[in-house]
Amino acid sequence: MTAPAAIARSPRRLAIAPALLPWCGLGVLTVLCLLLKTELPWLVNFPKQWTLPLASYINAVTDAVVAVIQPGFRALSALLDAPMRGARLALAWLPWPAVMLAVAALALKSSGERLAIFALATLAYILLAGYWPQSMNTLALVLLAVPISTVLGFLLGVLGYARPRLRPVLNGALDLMQTVPAFAYLIPLLLLFGFGPVVGLIASAIYATPPTVRNTMLGLDRVPAAISEAGLMSGCTRRQQFWQVEVPTALPQLLVGFNQTTMAALSMVIVAAIIGGFEDIGWEVLSSMRKAEFGQSILSGLVIALLAILIDRLTIGFAKPPETGPTRAMRWMTPRRLVLSLAVALALAIVIRLVAPGATFLPETALRTEMGGVNQWLLGIVRDYAWFFDGVRNTVLYCLLLPMRVGISGAATPAIWGFALSPTMAAVYFVLVLAVAGLAMRRFGAREALVVLAAGVILYTGFLGLPWPDFILAVALLAGQVAGYRLGLFALAGFALILVNGLWPQLVQSLYLCTLAVLLCLLIGGSLGVWAAHSDRVSRILKPICDALQTMPQFVFLIPALMFFKVGEFTALIAIMLYAIVPPIRYVEHGLRHVRADVVEAVEQMGATPLQTLLQAKLPLALPVVMLGLNQTIMAALSMLAIAALVGTRDLGQAVYVALGKADAGMGLIAGLSIAFLAILADRLIQAAVARSTAA
Amino acid sequence: MNAALGPIKLACRNVWKVYGRRPAYYFDSRGYVIDPDALAERLRAEAHLPAVVDASFEVATGEIFVIMGLSGSGKSTLVRCLSRLVEPSAGEILLDGKNLLAASGKELIELRRHAMGMVFQNFGLLPHLTVLDNVAFPLKIQGKPVKEREARAREMIALVGLEGREVSFPHQLSGGQQQRVGIARSLAVGPELWFLDEPFSALDPLIRKQMQDEFLRLQRMLKKTIIFITHDIAEAFRLADRLAIMRAGKIVQIGRPADIVLNPADDYVAQFTEDMPLLRVITAGDIATPANGAALPERTIAADTSLEALIPQLASGVGAFTVPGLGDNPPALLSAGAVLAVLEREQARRTRE
Ligand SMILES: Nc1ncnc2c1ncn2[C@@H]1O[C@H](COP(=O)(O)OP(=O)(O)O)[C@@H](O)[C@H]1O
Ligand SMILES: [Mg+2]
Repeated sequence: MTAPAAIARSPRRLAIAPALLPWCGLGVLTVLCLLLKTELPWLVNFPKQWTLPLASYINAVTDAVVAVIQPGFRALSALLDAPMRGARLALAWLPWPAVMLAVAALALKSSGERLAIFALATLAYILLAGYWPQSMNTLALVLLAVPISTVLGFLLGVLGYARPRLRPVLNGALDLMQTVPAFAYLIPLLLLFGFGPVVGLIASAIYATPPTVRNTMLGLDRVPAAISEAGLMSGCTRRQQFWQVEVPTALPQLLVGFNQTTMAALSMVIVAAIIGGFEDIGWEVLSSMRKAEFGQSILSGLVIALLAILIDRLTIGFAKPPETGPTRAMRWMTPRRLVLSLAVALALAIVIRLVAPGATFLPETALRTEMGGVNQWLLGIVRDYAWFFDGVRNTVLYCLLLPMRVGISGAATPAIWGFALSPTMAAVYFVLVLAVAGLAMRRFGAREALVVLAAGVILYTGFLGLPWPDFILAVALLAGQVAGYRLGLFALAGFALILVNGLWPQLVQSLYLCTLAVLLCLLIGGSLGVWAAHSDRVSRILKPICDALQTMPQFVFLIPALMFFKVGEFTALIAIMLYAIVPPIRYVEHGLRHVRADVVEAVEQMGATPLQTLLQAKLPLALPVVMLGLNQTIMAALSMLAIAALVGTRDLGQAVYVALGKADAGMGLIAGLSIAFLAILADRLIQAAVARSTAA
Repeated sequence: MNAALGPIKLACRNVWKVYGRRPAYYFDSRGYVIDPDALAERLRAEAHLPAVVDASFEVATGEIFVIMGLSGSGKSTLVRCLSRLVEPSAGEILLDGKNLLAASGKELIELRRHAMGMVFQNFGLLPHLTVLDNVAFPLKIQGKPVKEREARAREMIALVGLEGREVSFPHQLSGGQQQRVGIARSLAVGPELWFLDEPFSALDPLIRKQMQDEFLRLQRMLKKTIIFITHDIAEAFRLADRLAIMRAGKIVQIGRPADIVLNPADDYVAQFTEDMPLLRVITAGDIATPANGAALPERTIAADTSLEALIPQLASGVGAFTVPGLGDNPPALLSAGAVLAVLEREQARRTRE
């Protein structure tokens, strides 16, 4: 906070110095650390004997606390068990023709005949593929988790709206709920509620509540002043004002929240299968992946994907009517007809059950039982084209992953790159880095030169070889300068916590994996975004793909990655990228398409080539939007870490996953909080940077 | 000056509204009189924002009282103080002689349900209700039966000329139509006091003109007591019986349109009103002099005829007019010389520029 003030007050040349001074100090420190690295190995590897057994303290406390409060939670678990059984039985009782009729009617009301057809096709596919009962079990959990989250989220949202002073606390809690990976709190939940599907339900409810809270606050905040004043001037009492003016006006936003909550619940119900299957679709995917039955993986993964898209379109249809107004089919499906259709569906179900009480009407031979040949065939393909897939993997591994991890100094060995790094080569490298930095300094400024230097150092030592005091100080300094000293302290505290818990290596692994994934996503997604911004056809093609990728529960991305590239870091990278690539595409396209037209015209008028216009006018103007996209990408990558641990990584996600396996609540929580810390730090940092760049 | 007007409906005495950290701190000492300008200066210096500074005026029953000022001058805040959508920091507001600021929450709701109506610049229509339901909304809030409130709402919709659009939703209407709905809604409960906060500012100029005519027609029928906010000086002079000019929270002048153009209180007002054509703003009644027993000319014109409309008759050689007095007042005399004096003054204003 002090830096900008200083810049504002004094002339420019002098002004940069105070902000840069700490960086010069840091540079000296870096050089020192790098020189002393071999003598003082603790600079790179945080020694084990310095760590604190915080996790075991937490475990001791939780064990004691759990023993006391467990009966209450077990009772709650039993309480929730009844409606859950009820929901399952009800969905199992409903014959599929009745379900299809009801869902088609809802789809018709929500978005018209195209969605209705899609709904019928999806349900028919689930039926034919042989995953009907499993899908219904998953839906039963979602159907229970969503009302819990919605009611809870609405109440919390109203609280935050009515008591703005509680906002900071509430927002902090929501951030944690959304960024701590669910695996981390599955353990305490398991301890409290006991083993069973209730845990999945509760985890889903926790994860799915924040969107409703946020959208409730947003919607109520955004009720136009004129509308609430009109309500007051009509003589509304407080209650009338809330229920008849504010809530209906905020309803579209509340429905958006409902949509997001539903999707989050679905995603988490599927992920919760990790603690053991309850004959739900998530378990089908997981077990078929473990058995390397790729045919079944694909079939069941497709079920999840289609279900997700269906539920998404269904719920969003109610929130946002099409811009061109409701279609004929939507108008035809009046509320009365909708109720009538649902009643008919119910009557149909009752009749069917009366006539044939025990029949399931499920097809005898489903696709899933016919997959043996397909599995062979898929395995054959992967085997036959192993040269290709392995080639891709090894190329990326040796050219990107390894240099990022162990650095040029580590990778340039006869075993990996076929030659050893001689002192002359190292010297040449550093001279080159310095030259580029100097160039950046002259062309852009000191900050850019600093970035080049930092990248040069990281590329040389690799993430693993980076001295930790150096790294922590650099991030804290950056946070302090961009977003104020409080974020700097937050960064220091967070990294210190990770350090003393002995999670530094995992943190570094996470950082390197995420950085790489984010950079690649920015590069690939950004290019696609630029292309889409300049070509309507590309935009049209990319849109449904992005939509589908974004609705997909995270789990699904593991399937193709695992199928082609087997277990390993590269597979995790692919899965993370699949999940995190949408925001750069979307935000870059949006940013470029909404750049102020008059500025672009002025630049073109000056005779700029299209490339110059893009690089010198459009991209800089779109930068704030692109930064928001970057933020989303980082959030997506970090949230995928825990899931990607399933395909073998060595990062914080893996630490959470291992803790889950060992029922080590303390370690799970700490590792989970570490991921949340990274996410929150990155988020605040980028938002502050965006705020500064738009304010300037 | 108010002799010709009815009894006082609304009186506003030394009303202040201050935004900031501790506005109450400055108004603790009741009765302690301090120069308003000095206090406003001090407030500004101490990081407070005096949005309304010591506003005092009275509005007579059946009068159109226009408050005019540039955007940010505190008009909306002032009118919201009058309806207590915003709580004034200090001052007194009397509605029919009763202290509005002392009204409890319940009483306030009752007042709003029956005695006040308000129209907003951005319409403030409920997006989820049809035109009919929007207009019937205040009645629904009062718990009136469906039949009764729909009948009343239809009546209001007819009044503003929107028949046939009852089942449309606000977003399907044009801006002008939406504001008609807002007007119908604010009139549905039959309030005597009618607040309009820049009701036509969001509309295109052509529609605005049409809505102003419509508004005058309604007022001739309904005879409400009206507080009308605008930043458009032409609109203000067109509609006002009397008008108040605000600047930086302070009312700098109150008067009839002619008073203001003829005797601007300060340079600011003079500059502000400089483009208003005197001949159009000033009416025969404004400059007619008492006859004092002299013989009255046979040519008679209404007191609210603008001087502009008299020019053709003057040109054809008429030397003087009789202006009949309002109510019991005796008729007055308007000589051609008086009109020509105004014309000369206008000429002088034009050449000074
Ligand atoms: N709720 C508020 N908090 C702080 N300042 C306000 C608030 N409402 C209005 N103001 C300030 O009071 C001044 C007068 O605003 P307003 O009454 O809306 O002006 P007008 O309607 O004449 O355009 C403006 O400077 C505005 O910024
Ligand atoms: Mg205003």
